[in-house]
Amino acid sequence: MKMRIFVPRDAAAISVGADEVALAFEQAAEKRELPINIIRNGSRGLLWLEPMVEVATVKGRVAYGPVSPADVPSLLDAMASNGPHPLRLGLADEIPWLKRQTRLTFARCGITDPRSVEDYRAHDGYKGLERALTLTSDAILADVTASGLRGRGGAGFPTGIKWKTVAQATADRKFIVCNADEGDSGTFADRMIMEGDPFVVIEGMTIAGITVGATKGYIYIRSEYPHAVEAMNAAIVAARRAGYLGQRIGGSAHSFDLEVRVGAGAYVCGEETSLLESLEGRRGLVRAKPPLPAHKGLFGKPSVINNVLSFAAIPFILAGGAKAYADFGMGRSRGTMPIQLAGNVKYGGLFETAFGITLGELVDEVAGGTFTGRPVRAVQVGGPLGAYFPRALFDTPFDYEAFAARDGLIGHAGIVIFDDTVDMLKQARFAMEFCAIESCGKCTPCRIGSTRGVETIDKIRAGERVEQNLAIVEDLCNTMKFGSLCALGGFTPYPVVSALKHFREDFSPAPKSLQAAE
Amino acid sequence: MSVYEPWDAGRGAEIISEHSHLEGATLVILHALQEAFGYVPEPAIPMVAEALSLTRAEVHGVFTFYHDFRHKPAGKHVLKICRAEACQAAGGDALAARAEARLGVAIGNTTADERVTLEPIYCLGLCATAPSAMLDGRLVGRLDEARIDALIAEAQR
Repeated sequence: MKMRIFVPRDAAAISVGADEVALAFEQAAEKRELPINIIRNGSRGLLWLEPMVEVATVKGRVAYGPVSPADVPSLLDAMASNGPHPLRLGLADEIPWLKRQTRLTFARCGITDPRSVEDYRAHDGYKGLERALTLTSDAILADVTASGLRGRGGAGFPTGIKWKTVAQATADRKFIVCNADEGDSGTFADRMIMEGDPFVVIEGMTIAGITVGATKGYIYIRSEYPHAVEAMNAAIVAARRAGYLGQRIGGSAHSFDLEVRVGAGAYVCGEETSLLESLEGRRGLVRAKPPLPAHKGLFGKPSVINNVLSFAAIPFILAGGAKAYADFGMGRSRGTMPIQLAGNVKYGGLFETAFGITLGELVDEVAGGTFTGRPVRAVQVGGPLGAYFPRALFDTPFDYEAFAARDGLIGHAGIVIFDDTVDMLKQARFAMEFCAIESCGKCTPCRIGSTRGVETIDKIRAGERVEQNLAIVEDLCNTMKFGSLCALGGFTPYPVVSALKHFREDFSPAPKSLQAAE
Repeated sequence: MSVYEPWDAGRGAEIISEHSHLEGATLVILHALQEAFGYVPEPAIPMVAEALSLTRAEVHGVFTFYHDFRHKPAGKHVLKICRAEACQAAGGDALAARAEARLGVAIGNTTADERVTLEPIYCLGLCATAPSAMLDGRLVGRLDEARIDALIAEAQR
């Protein structure tokens, strides 16, 4: 029997040499005349171990990593003889970092072949859709509502209510739109699931389609994710061929089809109304709400627009898991969240767990602190629009409301770790600078406020009337927070104000932290 | 590096007509033109407008709104360095400065010999293997001084 070897095709694995490792396996096997079958799976999300290679054995899949092409010949010998190897990590499922997680959305990611519908089905794929096809629209909505699922893009709006609004709207056409414009630094869960288990996104969108009566869906993927675009397109073709997209899906009376559209490098298009404008072929200018996209969305039609992870959570819920999903979590944050640990991190990657785990557990225990080995000074949660948290707030539980109560947000659940060499004035300045670069320009507080913010912070660094200029920055932040049309201008104050509040000592001509570090 | 066709109006028209039936086709067409020619040639703008029943101003507006679209060809190689927070946390700023010094251009510019265009990118989604960059579509993570130097040498070749 051919040895089955798994080498991830996830972009992060590729960025550290997975393609070269796969090639080395082919060459080494050929040289030894050893028949092997290389499967390019997604990543399990233990990114410090990438490229993490697995081999199927009678006891389960054994993992090795991080593997370089030079390791491959000795690795192949160890695999063939089931012998020891310095890179051997044991059974993949038993790796504590993985075992500790609750993988509902990412249950298959890293396990299956993302190009194979058969493999997806063999691992409980399409069970949600199959059950949904036997239910009425109201019954599906009841399940989605009962699961407690809230929008995973960051806003946390209840998915069931959103879907119900679209289901109740009458129109000649309705649309399902997947927001895969994952522009927040420190986040990569959308990318990973699209590359590692694209069918779960397709299944979730298809269920949304039959629920609200939409026959067409769009997946808007940012252009910075070429591998995800390729993976989604390949999966759509495969799903169509297997009868899961197109006319009469799964043998039912329903039709539903999908199209991938690629963004063009505008961060603001992650905002849902800007994304709709972009999909319609226009500048990504934010729309004023109301009307809500659920009433007047894509091409003016009622539209469900959800984040990748929201759709990806649906198949588990519809496969009879609504209650099980809701049983995880705390307060009004039900279910699990795929959390991304990034930046200056020792054990970085994707960690899916129930809401309620504290920020400190995530940063110190799961992530293991910094890669540089220096003390953690700040973490930014929720992307460029998220607040910086100091160690003093590490007891905050991962929960939408708990973070909001501490003037932060969980956003898309990316956590970027910084060590004690970070200059928080510089980070605050960057938040303003990024907003200035990416502002769509429609509203004044965001367009002008961000530029004035950069200038004013520069004056503080130059030692110019520091106290007065700090007051101006705070005033600017208030104007932006309450006067902006969307979250770009409205949330840019979060990183700025949190940096000011928790790391005031850096807002001076020479930051203390840098003096300490050098 | 990528090989592009020289601008040709007939070929441009062909590309436009391939996609003009799509709803909201503007971005799709601009991407396709740039993929073929390496940039969006000025004469293509009125052609896109005509095909989609839009004004030239509208198409120009879309073209200029998005960071991806170029109005002239890039250098032979394009090196995009991530400038976002996760890469900053992992030492990305120093590596970006090193790339600027080695290439003798500031980020956002092309070297005088038109070999290398150095650009910022705001997040490649490789935030746990930071700092990261992309050379002509190839992703590189866990950058350090040696790896960025090797990338630059490759781009200059």
